[in-house]
Amino acid sequence: MQERIAQVREQAIAAVRAARSPEELDQVRVRYIGKKGELTQLLRGMGQVPPEERPAIGRLVNAARDAVEAELTARRQELAAAALEARLAAETLDVTLPGWGPVLGRRHPLTQVLDEIKRVFTGLGFEVVEGPEIETDWYNFEALNIPRDHPARDMQDTFFITDDIVLRTQTSPVQIRVMEAQEPPVRIIAPGKVFRVDADVTHSPMFHQVEGLYVDEHVTLAELKGTLTLMARELFGRRPVRFRPSYFPFTEPSAEMDIQCIICDGAGCRLCKHEGWLEILGSGMVHPQVLRNVGYDPEKWSGFAFGMGVERIAMLKYGIDDIRLFFENDIRFLRQF
Amino acid sequence: MRVSYRWLMDYVDIPWPVEELADRLTMAGLTVEVLEPLAPRELDGIVVGQVRQLEPHPNADQLLVCRVDVGRGVHTIVTGARNLQVGDRVPVALPGTTLPGGRRIEAAAFRGVPSEGMLCSEAELGVGDDADGIWVLPPDATLGRSVLDALGLDDIVLHLEVYPNRPDCLSVIGVAREVAALAGSRVRLPQLHVEELSERVEAATTVEVADPDLCPRYTARVLRHVAVGPSPAWLMQRLRVAGMRSINNVVDITNFVMWEWGQPLHAFDYDRLAGGRIVVRRARAGERLVTLDGVERVLETDMLVIADAERAVGVAGVMGGESSEVTAATRRVLLESANFHPVSVRRTARRLGLRTEASHRFEKGLDPNAAAAASLRAAQLMQALAGAQVLAGLVDVYPRPVAPHTVTCRPQRVRRLLGTDVADGEIARYLEALEFQVERQGERLLVTVPTFRQDVQQEADLVEEVARLHGYDRLPEALPGASHQVGGQRPPLPLLDRVRDVLVAHGLLECMTYSFQSAATADRLRWPADDPRRQAIALRNPLSEEYAVMRTSLLGGLLETAARNRSRGARGIHLFEIGTVYHPKALPVTELPHERRKVGILMMGPLPQEQWGARVGEAGFYHLKGAVERLLSALGLTGTFSAGADPSLHPGRQAVVTVGGQAAGVLGEVHPLVAAAYDLGEARVQFAELDVAVLAAAAREDIRYRPLPRYPAVERDMALLVPKDLAADRVTECIRRAAGPLLEELVLFDVYEGPQVAAGHRSLAYALTLRAPDRTLTDGEANAVVDRIETALAQELGVRLRR
Repeated sequence: MQERIAQVREQAIAAVRAARSPEELDQVRVRYIGKKGELTQLLRGMGQVPPEERPAIGRLVNAARDAVEAELTARRQELAAAALEARLAAETLDVTLPGWGPVLGRRHPLTQVLDEIKRVFTGLGFEVVEGPEIETDWYNFEALNIPRDHPARDMQDTFFITDDIVLRTQTSPVQIRVMEAQEPPVRIIAPGKVFRVDADVTHSPMFHQVEGLYVDEHVTLAELKGTLTLMARELFGRRPVRFRPSYFPFTEPSAEMDIQCIICDGAGCRLCKHEGWLEILGSGMVHPQVLRNVGYDPEKWSGFAFGMGVERIAMLKYGIDDIRLFFENDIRFLRQF
Repeated sequence: MRVSYRWLMDYVDIPWPVEELADRLTMAGLTVEVLEPLAPRELDGIVVGQVRQLEPHPNADQLLVCRVDVGRGVHTIVTGARNLQVGDRVPVALPGTTLPGGRRIEAAAFRGVPSEGMLCSEAELGVGDDADGIWVLPPDATLGRSVLDALGLDDIVLHLEVYPNRPDCLSVIGVAREVAALAGSRVRLPQLHVEELSERVEAATTVEVADPDLCPRYTARVLRHVAVGPSPAWLMQRLRVAGMRSINNVVDITNFVMWEWGQPLHAFDYDRLAGGRIVVRRARAGERLVTLDGVERVLETDMLVIADAERAVGVAGVMGGESSEVTAATRRVLLESANFHPVSVRRTARRLGLRTEASHRFEKGLDPNAAAAASLRAAQLMQALAGAQVLAGLVDVYPRPVAPHTVTCRPQRVRRLLGTDVADGEIARYLEALEFQVERQGERLLVTVPTFRQDVQQEADLVEEVARLHGYDRLPEALPGASHQVGGQRPPLPLLDRVRDVLVAHGLLECMTYSFQSAATADRLRWPADDPRRQAIALRNPLSEEYAVMRTSLLGGLLETAARNRSRGARGIHLFEIGTVYHPKALPVTELPHERRKVGILMMGPLPQEQWGARVGEAGFYHLKGAVERLLSALGLTGTFSAGADPSLHPGRQAVVTVGGQAAGVLGEVHPLVAAAYDLGEARVQFAELDVAVLAAAAREDIRYRPLPRYPAVERDMALLVPKDLAADRVTECIRRAAGPLLEELVLFDVYEGPQVAAGHRSLAYALTLRAPDRTLTDGEANAVVDRIETALAQELGVRLRR
């Protein structure tokens, strides 16, 4: 009997080890340890065994059964591991094929440059505000100290709707509207569209400006320099800037800011007309007459203002040589930003 | 304004080479845009010769044989030019010299006559446009010297950008004053002196200023025995610097003095002035005048003219008249040096479309006190260069002489505005360098400003002068202190940023199109006669017909953009624009219009998706609607969509979207006739336009958390057989109403029409999620809900379940 048990045990373990699939394994289990399995049958045949031997035989059969079951579990795991490995091997992908998904759009390059400018100034506590694109002569010119028949009107060729209503030629009228509506201190920037009768590679009849205005007690030209230098650094990196006197009817003193040429680093090239510098914005201390026009006392308040062309900044930043590209909206252009 | 290095040196010592001078002027606010040699360097190799003999070429009708004396010898040169006379001085390129542009001159023979060099035209020497004849040099050009030296052309021209507030710098003396202020030196004005006859000018002429409001000062001087002729080399050279052509010595002198002093002058032929006298008055109605450029001008009654006893002989401050022009026959000259009202000159010049060097100066406001000095300077030169005899005195109508004005300067204020501690004494020194007189009065400086600086009117102007001379680059930099407010964007800007984010995520590219468009847009978009969008604001001076009116919709610009991209080969075109449209309150426009911000979306062609192995769909109405829905959702909004009736859109494929009870915009497929009008052919184009103000008014910023469900949901699907003309919205509403609060979510997952569905019907398949907040729903409860829905659908809409 003992020999028979050992023999079946050996046969069963060999069969388990030989099984090649979960199904075969199941057949092996049924054949040896199922209800009618050979080991199970051996237990049933215990009647012919003398009673005193029965416990020992029983232990032997159960041990054999446990051993077969352990083998079964081990083999099952082995097979599962092999099957998984085979499946994974079969599922290998060409990871160099392109991915799937939606193609994202883009913000217009001018929006992106504006976003940058806004980031700098909101960081300095400025509020971003807007004003109308169609303006009265008063806001666009007179209140800014540019009376009718002032030669400075030649600096901005104007689109007229009536004698008194124009497409704004600058964002500066927003200065006036903001100051009329609130008492100092004022810290605003005002981006928006402006319009001038002009069209060529560097001039568009519609373009964008950002106006800035800071009015408080004791605002200085030194703060104008510091603020705009910081902005230039944020937009163009650590590149030298310079300020030189200029003229705008609504600022006094007035200043223009240049940055060192981004192409030649100051050595002189076609872009900077061999000057080594590129003009990027106009600025100045708010003219006392402008303060008086909005009911601010120039003895108490002072301020600085500036205005810059967003297209100009974008052209320098991205190396774009034709302003019309911004408004042609060729998708091959828009996709690049 | 053009000045030259050498010309400036006539009036001021310049301690710097020209490049440094240019740099310093730029940094002081007088921007030097270009430095340009007055003449090409090659002119150094060209010599002054004189024509001794001129004979026809023996073998060629078109050629002449010249004998030219170049000082150290006489050369035979063959030329084709016809403008030469014996005695003329001419530029000679001898064999071995190189012309500007690199052409090398060699000895050659023309039809058998040897030619030892070449006589040159202005164009050949790169000094002018005249290519027709040989350049005839002034008679005092020294024989044998290089043209560069003999004509004083070894000079650099500085092109200055002069701002409108500095008309004083539209003169060489004015620029010299700036140089002197920067260099700490003084200008040397020309010594003014004429030998006057004993006969007084008053005996020869009178001046009547009828309109003194437009003519603060008028001076006249009379000269006789004037020999009109060519100008000497030095004068021609100065005119060349100024960029002006030489006419004759008298006219050249008036132009030279204008350039030198900034004061425009005019020389009349005295003998062609009726009555020999001057009347300054407004033009008479319908009065006509032929100006020096040969154009007949019809004058208006608010234009100021210079007249003689009978008629207008010049437009004041703009241009003289042909009838009294100085010619070779002129013997007596009346010299005008006057001051005119800037606005009057500006308006007149604009209206006549005639901008001249004179009007350019007068319209900026000139110093009336310069008139007498300039007149004297011109008389002096006419005496020296044209042998003129000068009648004694000056007729000078100057009722209210302008005196230097005084401006108070508080050094403390200067320091506070500049943010730097420039000392009182330094401030005074800067102002004195500009020829301002400074007098201390306790804490203040009393500054007397010379009349040539009309732009300096108040303390702020003095602050700029101090800053300029101190140097902007020497001012410190500082940042503003802490702000009274947190930086941010005023509404609706933050909302627009969210809109951009959503649409960009949706694959749309942001565009910017022009705010003005063609008036024909209204027809192309099929707007009917009473469509309010036809009420467009017209520009009075548009760039062209294509940009004549302000847009009332974003559709036209986006269609043009789509068409342009398509013509360049693009297929999938997915765009959005955030921009303003303009609606007048009334036409014609009398007040500022309504400006309404819109979000425009255009989609056509293959969707913005990348997936190899799968067909990418073409943009259709539901893609557009999806974009709109996601946009609304990002703003916390749900839109209600109903059929629309926009004539630009497909009548059966468009919707009006309403949010918060307000119509927020339209969306739909562009009408095929509209697409065709934009050359988009058969393409199906989707377009939506939403009103930002309506979106902003309804947008919800606040987010309230709802607790997550604690009990499981029951899912049920229903396929419904629905008549085709019944809107899905009505079915959905009916289901929601009948289901009551247990219906958590309702998703339409399939719409099917086809052979398996009864004719005139379609199948709508919904997935329902049912859930109770406080317990696990039983099957029975779920079935009861579904039964209620079935009953309601059948009773209210005649819709049954699809079996």
